[in-house]
Amino acid sequence: MLDQDPILQTRGLSVYYDTKKVVTDVNLDVARNRITSIIGPSGCGKSTLLRCFNRMNDLIPSARVEGQVMFDGLDLYGHDVDPTEIRYLIGMVFQRPNPFPKSIYDNVAFGPRINGFKGDMDELVERSLVRAAIWDEVKDRLNTSALALSGGQQQRLCIARALAVEPRVILMDEPCSALDPIATLAIEELMRELSEDYSIIIVTHNMQQAARVSHYTAFLMVEEARVGFMVEFGESRQIFTNPEDERTEAYITGRFG
Amino acid sequence: MAKNPVGPPLGQGARNAWKRMATERAIAALLFLSTFLSVLITIGIVAVLLFEAITFFADVSVFEFLSGTRWTPLFSSKQFGVLALVAGTTLTAVMAMVVALPLGLLSAVYLSEYAPNGVRKVVKPILEVLAGIPTVVYGYFALLFVTPILRSISGDISVFNALSASIVMGIMILPMVSSLSEDAMRAVPRTLREGAYALGSTKLEVSTLVVVPAALSGIVSAFILAVSRAIGETMIVTIAAGQNPTFTLNPFVPIETMTAYIVQVSQGDAPAGSIEFKTIFAVALLLFVITLVMNLLSQFVVSRFREEYE
Amino acid sequence: MSVISQSDFQRKRARRKWMGRAFYGLCLLSVAIALGMLAVLLVYLFIQGITGISWSFLTSFASRHPDQAGIKAAILGSIYVVMVAGVTSFVLGVATALYLEEYAARSKFARIAKINIANLAGVPSIVYGILGLQIFVHSMHLGKSVLAGGFTLGLLVLPIVIVASGEAVRAVPPSLREAAYGLGATRWQVIWHMVIPQAFPGILTGVILAVSRAIGETAPLIAMGALTFVPFTPDSPLSRFTVLPIQIFNWTSRPQEGFQEAAAAGIIVLLVILLVMNAGAVILRNKFQNKSGG
Repeated sequence: MLDQDPILQTRGLSVYYDTKKVVTDVNLDVARNRITSIIGPSGCGKSTLLRCFNRMNDLIPSARVEGQVMFDGLDLYGHDVDPTEIRYLIGMVFQRPNPFPKSIYDNVAFGPRINGFKGDMDELVERSLVRAAIWDEVKDRLNTSALALSGGQQQRLCIARALAVEPRVILMDEPCSALDPIATLAIEELMRELSEDYSIIIVTHNMQQAARVSHYTAFLMVEEARVGFMVEFGESRQIFTNPEDERTEAYITGRFG
Repeated sequence: MAKNPVGPPLGQGARNAWKRMATERAIAALLFLSTFLSVLITIGIVAVLLFEAITFFADVSVFEFLSGTRWTPLFSSKQFGVLALVAGTTLTAVMAMVVALPLGLLSAVYLSEYAPNGVRKVVKPILEVLAGIPTVVYGYFALLFVTPILRSISGDISVFNALSASIVMGIMILPMVSSLSEDAMRAVPRTLREGAYALGSTKLEVSTLVVVPAALSGIVSAFILAVSRAIGETMIVTIAAGQNPTFTLNPFVPIETMTAYIVQVSQGDAPAGSIEFKTIFAVALLLFVITLVMNLLSQFVVSRFREEYE
Repeated sequence: MSVISQSDFQRKRARRKWMGRAFYGLCLLSVAIALGMLAVLLVYLFIQGITGISWSFLTSFASRHPDQAGIKAAILGSIYVVMVAGVTSFVLGVATALYLEEYAARSKFARIAKINIANLAGVPSIVYGILGLQIFVHSMHLGKSVLAGGFTLGLLVLPIVIVASGEAVRAVPPSLREAAYGLGATRWQVIWHMVIPQAFPGILTGVILAVSRAIGETAPLIAMGALTFVPFTPDSPLSRFTVLPIQIFNWTSRPQEGFQEAAAAGIIVLLVILLVMNAGAVILRNKFQNKSGG
């Protein structure tokens, strides 16, 4: 499907909550240094799919995963793989900004500290905040509480926090859904810049956003018989202008969902 | 007989309405009175304690009371240095917290972060049973079970000692620390935990670096309440720690707490109006003030330092 | 490429894993210690006291001879005192909760009253004993009687009833109240016909919790002047009395082993009473929940 060797690949991936199937047999390739968006109506399992890439589903006792997720040739669900190491390599930004109730500095330094960083922390914190385009706004108050920032600033801080350990992939779970339009544009701009160095997967219910920022798009759907199956995957340009499947077309033209 | 100027049906209605309103008012007044009574309890406590304490302080200077370290009101040569009792109370309360804080906090972390839901639902109520056992039972357990064990370990330990009472008191207040702390930890939003896990944190790091700090106001407030409870606890220390006011921090020897002293005098027959009788009001007043300050402090910590999450 | 060198990362990882397991072990150990202490306590008391329990122990008065000592007066005293305490705290507690929730939820007085109740819950129980001594025993001339003891404990557990009743009253859905108001009911009619029946299980649970707290209290009754040696049953509300915890305390403080066994036997009786009351509270709550759940 891709013209390059993908960084992440799922093969026959299904997720169950207890006995209820919420993601069904997904085969998806994620391109290196590109933005891949996952779209679909609510309840289609797109967030659950995203959480397979850093094994966050492990935290839900009733969740069970079937199939394979390959990360540069390594099976993420292999029996000798430690999920905490995966999460160090694959970062995540959440739907609502979730800064820790600590200072701005300590939020960014959290990941490097726990993972054994030995270099110049001040420099790393500054670099991460610059990279997340929030340095100028916070450089004079690094030791104040992160909870005092605006929603958009908090979300960029959370991106800086994820960047500080230099992950290979960044997962974004509807990162703008709690933000106003101006803050949303700032995050989108940031994502485009980051895609030069990082592979990004973004889950969004906002089709314009997917069309604006992503190189590739996967469309997931829910039907009566099946939940969370992938209808179509391709370059965003093609998906949003000339989809192959009529269900995709119906969704992007707003006829349902 | 003059006819009622208002027509009968309306008049009847008006009279009923008046009756109904009178009932409503009377009931509202009764309920108000009951509420007022609950406020009156506090006023009553303060008044009762102050009234006798003031006559006590007419005989004994406040300075002597608060700075003296010898407490011998029941002897012929009377001295009124309450610090001897305060030392006993402090010693037992601090040592009880040394037991209850780590055990309670770690239990809370286990219940909130590690335990599967089914285990938590069983273990939490069982732990709370510890808080429901009457204190006289703990006193028996301390004196007749824990103390002999301690004495078999070290011969320096007296039959009555602060150590045994404190250990048992720590077990008693443990559920207070663990339940309230666990409530505070569970109120920490899941998204904060996920944020930490997403950076590669282990459960230990999520618990100690994110959850506990985020729940700190609740934990501190639970801790202060537990200290206050330990200070006011009476039967365990009366039975197991002794009735020997000593200005010491040695946990192996008999001591006496403020509460145990009040029991000691109450059991005897100090006549009302005597100086011995008045001492219990002075001691109780001090006890009341200390626990009140701690309770207010606990409420203040919760309301002032609580992190607001959406 | 990464900011953290592979060797630093792996070295720290090994330590983190090890510490994580150790911490988990510590947490488990803490819970195990707490549960273990409870088990040791119960087993020890059972072993100490079970041989002392007999029909004559339950039906005899206290005695100077340990093998003839019984808890008849103490049990009856406990029942009478706790009944007075239960009624006192029920009446005052429910009335106060209704006033605070239904009449004055946001007034300044209600706010002060609520802070006051929270603080009353933290007042050491022995202070209530001194209050009881001065107010009920001396000022109201009730003497060191069942009534004075019951009132003292009633005030002590009042905050428990107020808080539990307040929660139960708050949980009554506003739609029910509105429906009744819509039919022209007065405020009290709404409370009497709608709120109290709905809130009753919660109120009852609170009262049972309060009574089981009262039944184990020792210190306030000693401070108030309850007797420790009573060879008679209280025959009027103004009789002098003792209660089971005081009897246990008294036996515990004696050096003879026979009395200590009697104390343990008394403790078993006390714990069984508490167990029955708490089980009753759970059953009652479940029964009412099923009913209202329809």
